[in-house]
Amino acid sequence: MTELTMTSIVEWSRWQFAMTAIYHYMFVPLTLGLSFMLAIMETLWVRTGKTEWLHAEKFWMKLFAINFAIGIATGLILEFQFGSNWSNYSWFVGDIFGAPLAIEGIFAFFMEATFFAVMFFGWNKVSRRFHLASTWLVFIGSNISALWILVANAWMQNPVGMEFNPLTARNEMADFWAVLGSPTAMSKFFHTVTSAYTLSACFVIGVSAWFILKKRNMEFARKSILLASVFGFFSILVTMFTGDTSAQDVTRHQPMKLAAMEGLNRGGEGADFTIIGIPCKDETLPSERMRTVEYGIAVPKMLSFLGYHDFNAYIPGVEDILNGYTSHEGETYPSVEQRMANGRKAIAALGTYKTAVEAGNDTLAAQSLGTLREHFSDFGYGYLESPDEIIPNIPLVFYSFRIMVGLGMLFVLLFALSWWFARKRAFGKFRFMPYFALICIPCAYIASQCGWIVAEVGRQPWVVQDLMPTHVAITDIASGWVMTTFWMFAVLFTLLLVAEIGIMLSQIKKGPKEA
Amino acid sequence: MFKRIWSIYYDGLSHLPRWAKIVAVVVAAKLFIMFVVFKLLLMPNYLNKTYATDEEKSNHVLQELITKPKL
Repeated sequence: MTELTMTSIVEWSRWQFAMTAIYHYMFVPLTLGLSFMLAIMETLWVRTGKTEWLHAEKFWMKLFAINFAIGIATGLILEFQFGSNWSNYSWFVGDIFGAPLAIEGIFAFFMEATFFAVMFFGWNKVSRRFHLASTWLVFIGSNISALWILVANAWMQNPVGMEFNPLTARNEMADFWAVLGSPTAMSKFFHTVTSAYTLSACFVIGVSAWFILKKRNMEFARKSILLASVFGFFSILVTMFTGDTSAQDVTRHQPMKLAAMEGLNRGGEGADFTIIGIPCKDETLPSERMRTVEYGIAVPKMLSFLGYHDFNAYIPGVEDILNGYTSHEGETYPSVEQRMANGRKAIAALGTYKTAVEAGNDTLAAQSLGTLREHFSDFGYGYLESPDEIIPNIPLVFYSFRIMVGLGMLFVLLFALSWWFARKRAFGKFRFMPYFALICIPCAYIASQCGWIVAEVGRQPWVVQDLMPTHVAITDIASGWVMTTFWMFAVLFTLLLVAEIGIMLSQIKKGPKEA
Repeated sequence: MFKRIWSIYYDGLSHLPRWAKIVAVVVAAKLFIMFVVFKLLLMPNYLNKTYATDEEKSNHVLQELITKPKL
């Protein structure tokens, strides 16, 4: 296969996966967060007997059902792509990826689907308490689904708890609890679900603000805003806290991603955190993938603090990582060129091992297996042609990170002001407030997508960190085929999104039943 | 319990409001396109389609890992 065709397949497959994942994640966060708020509303109704909470829940449940039904199974298209476009990757990750996804499919999804029926159709057919338990179980089921997916994703960012089998070319689970309990998985799970709660709170406040603008269902809107603002405020606080733990995890396991997020070329002790700046091309830099941040406003030593909770900690920049460095924790990482050489030894050893086993040469097999094990941590580097291939798209990661954080700060303001004005029954008195709340709905979706761009583009070129670069993961299929299915997915998902928005808007216009 | 859940589903689906019927049609069309058009016709699992046994699949991927060209 020619180099050009190969690049084309990789690029089209990446675009296809990115587009599908972006559309899929437009449906997911509202399911995760709104199910939580529905459970809270129903609990308030059961405990206080106030029917206004019941009517509020029934209205938001309709929007939840539309989002849940239209979004359901959209993630399966990602799994189809694993099998068709990313077959080397699917085989290589083996049961590490298969086990969490199977648990997700069998346990969490069925739990969610079963109790969804009781929650949606079971009014007057089951007791109040059983209905309430079902609503909570829908929330728990959807969030457990997210846990397994995010555990699998976290393993790709920080592969732990497995052993590579050179006879089958698969990674086999050696320690399930190491995979499930890895700090990367935990911080990713809590950061993702709490950001989904934040998005849902923005959605509820924004839709309620529309009722206030229209001067309809005012008390329903005020109650919804009060609940969502408190829920959103605590959610965004936890999102910030887990963002901090994520930053520490990235510092330790994906230093290049951190350097890209910051546009940091040369690191050092007491590294500054750039609040805003423009990453520009710079001819004087050793790689055209690198950028110099111009017009930057920085907080001194803050990056070191975010990375290690130590203002004087050493943070490596892009050049340090390329040339080799010793981390703040005292671990020495060789240059990328050295790691490429190690990786090539590991790949060659894999080939020799296969031949030796087939020929029954036990001595050579043992020798090559030793070499493979010794250099396996640099296995993926063996496929690189130039060290600077490990630098991701710096401007995209840099801006996405800042948009995500900036919008997160905006949501803190939204929740605080919404709570204050709703409590004073003054939400509609200041015209800017309902419009501000409405604008925060798309902003919440943008923040979510930016978070995923930081996570996924920031780890390029790796599909499995340090072990498998993207171009090795690909199936040798025709790029024209991938292009065709790309456009088919784009049309399908766009139609689904239009249908969701259309049906939702018609139900929002109908409004809730007044207490 | 499963019988009861089934009856809840059955009764609920037979008395869907208009908006929910529209959602149900959209979902049915989506699932048909996903599972029949995409999964069966356009995006079959490459390894399952091309190789019969796990050993053959392993050998193929091993070969890919050993010989994959650098970009």
